[in-house]
Amino acid sequence: MSLLSIEDLSVAYPTRRGTVQAVEDAWLTVAPGQIHGLVGESGAGKSTVGAAIMGLIDPPGGITGGTIRLRNRAIGGLDRAAMRGLRGSKISMIFQDPLTALNPLLTVGQQIVETMRFHLDLPEDEAARRAKALLTRVGIDDPDTRFDQYPHQFSGGMRQRVVIALALCSDPDVIIADEPTTALDVSIQAQILDLIRELARERQVGVILITHDMGVIAEVTDAVTVMYRGRVVETGPTDRVLRAPEHPYTRALIAAVPRPDVKMRRFPLIAYGGGLPQVDVAELSGGWTAPATEGPLLRVEGLTKRFVQKASLLPSRRQYFTAVDNVSFDIAAGEVFGLVGESGSGKSTVARMIAALYPLDAGRVTFDGQAVGRDAPGPVLNAYRRQIQMIFQDPFSSLNPRMRVDAIVAEPLHHLSDMNGTEIRRRVDALLEGVGLGRAAGRRYPHEFSGGQRQRISIARALATRPRFLICDEPTSALDVSVQAQILNILKDLQENLNLTMLFISHDLPVVRQMCDRVGVLRAGRLVEVAETEALFEAPEHPYTRELLRLMPRFTGPAAS
Amino acid sequence: MIDTRPEDATPGAQDIGAPDAPRETSAEALAGPRGRLGRAWDSDLAWSFRHSPTALISAGLVLLLVLGAVLAPWVAPHDPFDPGTLNLLNGFTPPLEPNAFTGDTFLLGTDDQGRDVFSTILYGMRVSLFVGVSAVALAMLIGIALGLVAGYAGGVLDAVIMRIADVQLTFPAILVAMLIFGLAKGIIPVQFRDQVAIWVLILAIGLSDWVQFARVVRSATMVERGKEYVQAAQLIGRSGGAIMLRHILPNVLSPVLVIATISLALAIIAEATLSFLGVGAPPTQPSLGTLIRIGQGYLFSGEWWILAFPALTLLVLALAVNLLGDWLRDALNPRLR
Repeated sequence: MSLLSIEDLSVAYPTRRGTVQAVEDAWLTVAPGQIHGLVGESGAGKSTVGAAIMGLIDPPGGITGGTIRLRNRAIGGLDRAAMRGLRGSKISMIFQDPLTALNPLLTVGQQIVETMRFHLDLPEDEAARRAKALLTRVGIDDPDTRFDQYPHQFSGGMRQRVVIALALCSDPDVIIADEPTTALDVSIQAQILDLIRELARERQVGVILITHDMGVIAEVTDAVTVMYRGRVVETGPTDRVLRAPEHPYTRALIAAVPRPDVKMRRFPLIAYGGGLPQVDVAELSGGWTAPATEGPLLRVEGLTKRFVQKASLLPSRRQYFTAVDNVSFDIAAGEVFGLVGESGSGKSTVARMIAALYPLDAGRVTFDGQAVGRDAPGPVLNAYRRQIQMIFQDPFSSLNPRMRVDAIVAEPLHHLSDMNGTEIRRRVDALLEGVGLGRAAGRRYPHEFSGGQRQRISIARALATRPRFLICDEPTSALDVSVQAQILNILKDLQENLNLTMLFISHDLPVVRQMCDRVGVLRAGRLVEVAETEALFEAPEHPYTRELLRLMPRFTGPAAS
Repeated sequence: MIDTRPEDATPGAQDIGAPDAPRETSAEALAGPRGRLGRAWDSDLAWSFRHSPTALISAGLVLLLVLGAVLAPWVAPHDPFDPGTLNLLNGFTPPLEPNAFTGDTFLLGTDDQGRDVFSTILYGMRVSLFVGVSAVALAMLIGIALGLVAGYAGGVLDAVIMRIADVQLTFPAILVAMLIFGLAKGIIPVQFRDQVAIWVLILAIGLSDWVQFARVVRSATMVERGKEYVQAAQLIGRSGGAIMLRHILPNVLSPVLVIATISLALAIIAEATLSFLGVGAPPTQPSLGTLIRIGQGYLFSGEWWILAFPALTLLVLALAVNLLGDWLRDALNPRLR
């Protein structure tokens, strides 16, 4: 029996440049107790499907065709008042960000009780009793105390548990979970996914799990629907779709997911819906390679960084938070050194200290035998800056939106080199050609490019001064998997051909396994383990590393590949 | 801005689908006409302007008034500053009625000395607009500079600048302006007073108005400072000044533009208020405020037009500029759309 079924659903947004068809003829069915994954990349229309089910499409957009049935009752065309009765009681939603999904001014208990009384018409004490039982069920210890606390007193994972309790409190038939674990760390992600699965079985609730992460799909879903540009391309039981994908797009998507189990030379790229842009390393480098060095190129010793947590005029009354605590490691010339850890572990702070963006509170950074850092003398620091570059995480904020692309790429050259205008222009053209965008891209502005294209511009900028050392701070975590595969391949090509040394920071263990020669594991500012990549993944020594690896989503793709 | 969740629903979202290449062609198709002018005409701002009756009407009114003021020497029927063209017999002629003695007709009537009210309004607007625009420019200059420094440097410098701003805000702007005006009056010798009165007025209004620019620029700067493009510039060792001017300033200008428009209306009103109180534009260079002050004496003796028309002009000018500012604020804030 199907609980929720969607047939031929189309959603369109009229804009001034014509109608954008966000979803076209989408279909899926969910049975009670089943978790149905809805997967796709940016712009696939998966969140729009969720919003359409909830009746939450923002005007002027609207459902232009198809039916949505809940227990054989059509709900697609209901008016606002009828939808309001349904929303929250029969269908409820779990959002990505648990912080914004809860009202910060009401206690957790008040929010659950209020929702229950609105939908179920219960007396106050009965609702409170049930709310506490529900909090216990979603794994919150000491519900009597927690009941009267405010959302900010909960950690991210606990907050998401509260949101799940809130979604369950009205005994819904269907829950739509839109990227419920994307904002959470791996260890918490695993717990939340387990909880959703248990609850779905136990209460016979149908769950639509919207995600971009194949690992999540593999982990918890029973069936999966793959969407591409507003259309459903494939649907079926999760096992079958992942093991033997039928549609070429599904195959391309699965192939692009980094494998945690074995290191591959390059990510397999399968072009779907267009050719792949080519990267020309010879053009990028103009025949230059980084000189080889004896011994470690970069040495970090006893790096420590404290941030003021509570400011005060009196130094003795200031409170500090130690973000990086006595971290030491070496990176040899031509090596890719990975730094992994959960959010808040201090990975990015280490990168910024090495890049001389933050002053060092203690310890030293030595580059090619010379002490560098924020307090190094000017000429030494400038010489160092010519040799290091950084690729940032968010391609939407790492390029100045008011500068033309050629000016962005040329800026390091203008500032750090003594090349003249013509030489700079020639090198910028070569760089843009090299990353596959073409020199005409230089005359445009960043907003005219997609995330992957912007990250290529970032790479072009980073290579402009011919650096020896490249810091990549989560370079692909804001990108779709297929674009991630392209960018990672470019980085590998560059590293091998130009003899670049890299510090590669990521929270994504499979990506780290594919990219790095050696890996350091950071936890709360301390380096707990440093090992060769293969050794670390096959035989981790520190218990924390073992725990991280155990929780890593095990998605290995189709057996055939 | 920083949204790590792959956004689906937004029409024209940045990334559509996996491969990069096809997106390029669709971007080309969506981008519409090429060329700087074509792109400006096609921009969302221009589109929203063309589709907003309020914006069109108020922009039309502002344009009309500004043109009238700028072209006053050519379009005004009389030169109110040339005593040779005045005829005292024409005094107190009502609008559109022939004068009993000379038979001359005036569109908006005349004042006590026989000056054409329409012409004095056109010339008065020149002074009002000049003072308003210059005062806002001064306030912008001070406010943007201090706001950038406070937001980028942070710490002690930020605290000092913003406390000064807070103290300034505890005095009403008009009071600050009068204080500066009074000080200037004490310092400047009598024979120069009329010459520098306009400049003192600009200084007074400009100095009382910089705080809101500084506050907005400071908070916008603090947001921009955390973005990665600023770090990229820091990474190559660019100086703080270069980063503020080249990278941050262009990105914080749109809210400044909105405030500038709205405070232009306020500055024009502040100037009129000061002139009305007799501490602003001198009678030799009358602004709209001066005209209103002169006119109010005749309101109850029946010569209403001497007061009414300058006041109405001031109202229309301030209202139109304000509405334009409101529209600009909404158009530049995508969340309100």
